[in-house]
Amino acid sequence: MPQWLFAFLAALAIIGALGAILQRNLVHCVLGFALVLIDLGVLYMGLGAVTVGFLQIIVYVGAIMVLFLFVIWLLNIQADTGVRGGASLGLKLIGALAAAALAAELFVIFSHAPKLREVRTIAPSFGSVATLARVLFTRYLIAFETTSLLLLAAIVGAVALARRLAGQSAAVAAIPPRPGMRAPESRREVA
Amino acid sequence: MTPIVDYMALSAILFAIGVIGVLIRRNVIVMFLAIELMLNAVNLAFVALGRRIGSMDGQVIVFFVMTVAAAEAAVGLAIIISMFRNRETVNADELNLLRW
Repeated sequence: MPQWLFAFLAALAIIGALGAILQRNLVHCVLGFALVLIDLGVLYMGLGAVTVGFLQIIVYVGAIMVLFLFVIWLLNIQADTGVRGGASLGLKLIGALAAAALAAELFVIFSHAPKLREVRTIAPSFGSVATLARVLFTRYLIAFETTSLLLLAAIVGAVALARRLAGQSAAVAAIPPRPGMRAPESRREVA
Repeated sequence: MTPIVDYMALSAILFAIGVIGVLIRRNVIVMFLAIELMLNAVNLAFVALGRRIGSMDGQVIVFFVMTVAAAEAAVGLAIIISMFRNRETVNADELNLLRW
């Protein structure tokens, strides 16, 4: 991948990530994050990991982000307080500084790793479906089969958690609606 | 040709943005998004380092991380729906009880 293209994609990823954590509207947060995910998928393809790049776009943007959007719309959450609200400004400043220190620390570590600067050529088949499948279904076969069990457990768990229990709606109706949030009646039609 | 160290730097920046997101936002959905952002930053490091050593293992790990992230998103969002149904809030500061 040429350097200018990488610089463009990296800038786009950072802008998208900042948008994802700083926007007040939750839908804008999710869309900013979707931008980061598509961008990372393109970066994977540039690194030769074509299959993983497409999987990233299909699984993350196509499934996980849509799930996030559905939940935001299902809960009908109105405008958020954004970065204001919650803990005091000083605490947030300390948190941001700690995260910046973490990034600086990682930069120092990377700058002391000379092997990261060497460029290596790869075989044309690197990252193709066939190469990935060969590794996945031989060395990682047991782990691959275990993920199917994990997904089954996640499906059952998600349905069990999100299900409305009998007699629960009466308890919800007893809670008065908070200001800035619609009355529960309008929400219950969707749920 | 971009050296791998640039990808690692981008990965570190995205991870730090994810940490900041968890620390400064109180909305559980945004905190969850920030956690996903950290997962993706680490995925980028896996793919870049896998290319550097010429091994497919990094990409296989990314495949597994994606699977776990999908399962995590389904269960996590179900928990958020359940919390919102019981407490009518998605603010992490107001969710301070381990019961309803």
